[in-house]
Amino acid sequence: MANENQSVWTSIPFWRRSAAWVTGFSAILLVLLTFDSIGQISMGTDEDLKNGVTKRVPGPTVINYKIGYEMSAKRGHEVPTIGEKEKFFGRDDYSEEEARALLHLGKLTSQAKNCMNCHTLLGNGAYYAPDLTKAWLDPAWQNGGPLQGMTGKNTVEEAMAEFLQHPSQYPTHARMMPDLGITADEAKGLVAFMKHMSSIDTNGFPRNFSKTVDQFKRGGTNAH
Amino acid sequence: MLTSIKTNSFAGDKSKELAMMYYRVAIILFGAQLLMGLIAAFQFIVPGFLFELFDFSVARTVHINALVVWMLYAMIGSVYFMMPDETGIETVGIGIGKLAFWVLTAAVTVVVLVYIFVQIGPGTESSIWLINEGREYLEAPRWADIGIVVVVLTFYANVFLTYMKGEKTGLMTVMVANLLAVSGLYLAGMFFTDNISMDQYWWWWVIHLWVEATWEVFVGTLAAFALIRLIGAKREVVEMWLWIEVLMLFGSGVLGLGHHYFWIGTPEYWWEIGALFSALEPVPLVAMFVHVLYDWGKEQGIAQGKGITGSVLTNGPAMAWLVMNAFGNFLGAGIWGFFHTLPQVNIYTHGTQFTAAHGHLAFFGAYATILVGMMYIGLQSAYGIKIMKASFKSKMGITLISFGVMGMTIALTVAGYEQVLIERAELGGGWEAFFTAQNLPWYIQGQLWRMIMGVVTFIGFIYLLWDLLTIGKTQRALQEQA
Repeated sequence: MANENQSVWTSIPFWRRSAAWVTGFSAILLVLLTFDSIGQISMGTDEDLKNGVTKRVPGPTVINYKIGYEMSAKRGHEVPTIGEKEKFFGRDDYSEEEARALLHLGKLTSQAKNCMNCHTLLGNGAYYAPDLTKAWLDPAWQNGGPLQGMTGKNTVEEAMAEFLQHPSQYPTHARMMPDLGITADEAKGLVAFMKHMSSIDTNGFPRNFSKTVDQFKRGGTNAH
Repeated sequence: MLTSIKTNSFAGDKSKELAMMYYRVAIILFGAQLLMGLIAAFQFIVPGFLFELFDFSVARTVHINALVVWMLYAMIGSVYFMMPDETGIETVGIGIGKLAFWVLTAAVTVVVLVYIFVQIGPGTESSIWLINEGREYLEAPRWADIGIVVVVLTFYANVFLTYMKGEKTGLMTVMVANLLAVSGLYLAGMFFTDNISMDQYWWWWVIHLWVEATWEVFVGTLAAFALIRLIGAKREVVEMWLWIEVLMLFGSGVLGLGHHYFWIGTPEYWWEIGALFSALEPVPLVAMFVHVLYDWGKEQGIAQGKGITGSVLTNGPAMAWLVMNAFGNFLGAGIWGFFHTLPQVNIYTHGTQFTAAHGHLAFFGAYATILVGMMYIGLQSAYGIKIMKASFKSKMGITLISFGVMGMTIALTVAGYEQVLIERAELGGGWEAFFTAQNLPWYIQGQLWRMIMGVVTFIGFIYLLWDLLTIGKTQRALQEQA
């Protein structure tokens, strides 16, 4: 059969060649697209932030600025915005090195504490605990929100850091976060990591996140 | 299975002996995976269970790692099993292959013990090197990554050298090329970066290009091997199908990677690319489904035409698992994957129990099934059984496990559907939205049914294990009496 084919459709060499070409072509396309994507998701710099250059993944010094998540009419979904300077643990002048070190500590801690096997980050991980992609912007952590109120702190970052160090002291539901031995420094790093993550352009994921904000301002939801 | 290596039928075939060693560890890890799954499922219902002692994250880490590792063990075992038959020669360097097995097994044991007893570390590089890398599925600490690479290189040397020396069948050609991709891709997951988008970009190279491309081709190759063995399918036909499957699997699966790049910071063009190619991913799974069932019917028909009464099957339980693979792969990977692969849908389903539903049925349907089938083929060969027939335990095993996994999938789909409507579409996915959705009846009932179906699956596993331990000896004894 392999040697004297009546039809190309039952020819093994034909299908073998086709498989090789299709696989090769797909792989080359993937590599080319990867070069482009890697360029687009490389972290920006402090200069970019100062000059108002929009990057999909801003530099670590984005922690010096106020971050928003607003509907873009042009793109048809919400997009992170970087506003004016905003204090983060009392400072808004973190140098590139300081901010990078903080982010580094936070990212390392997020892996060492295995956050991803309860939470999702950018929607990936486990589904036992809330998504952390835009946790920094969550109304529950803002001034007047239940999570900030519970910790007795006055800023988002201090409230988050306090919770991370003693999570089981602040139960909100039967399902609680365990005490993972997170130190004050590690907590600060984790909050920087989350603030940075909230500034990443995720093409509008999670969708309608700002709807929660509006609903919260209007006094909760009617989905109970 | 316990005495499978010392039986007369195997004596001398070191490659097949090694295969059985890999299968044994695989089935133990399969059991560990299910136990951990039960703990994690129970924690959804009773959150205080083992709180701050053996938290959900620990149970889940071992649950998904045991899954990946038992499948890799069974895959490596299957390769060692089929190699002598395909190449017609003894596997080259089997001694070093055996050494690699012990090194790998020792490393896996240490890694699992560290997951269970150390669990987490401080936010330093050494935690990632020694305890847990903290990236879903790729939790193995870096030292173990390097160990895995060394062991896999040894394994690949066995395969490649045997291939070069022996007969080069089409099946082995696909196997050798595909295994190179499987091994090479692991390297994409072995680095640390502060940039979470970059992290997940390469992380998906490993996860997606394994389970939605190279592992599927691996399954196609095993199915081809199994069809020749189980129903006497013609090699030319099977081989041609295999090349068509490779074409379709890689043609859709490689760029189908784009469906993981919708929301992680990567550009919008992945919406179109990911949607188009991942929507094509079910096509080869339909082809594989048709292939298995059509060939079975065809061979049976030919036999009947020749006046042969009775079944053409040489191994009942293995064929049952192979047919379950055809169904499960198509349903779990194909249908449940397609459910949420389009960006318009995925914006709401991404990161909900929908993904978990798909994950359960796809890993089971596409991989667990055929690998269990390979274990039965291994046992048949080890005990020199001419025609292996399904026992009561084989039937209970496959029925309860399949029913249980399907039940878990449906339960999680309902829970995920509720999450999509309430948490995502209605409330926008924040902290309050998450907990509101977690506490509504559809979700809670979904988790309860998942737990019940998990127990059903586990009972099925006990039957399966019991069967694997006894079927060889029993049927060998019956054959000798006859």
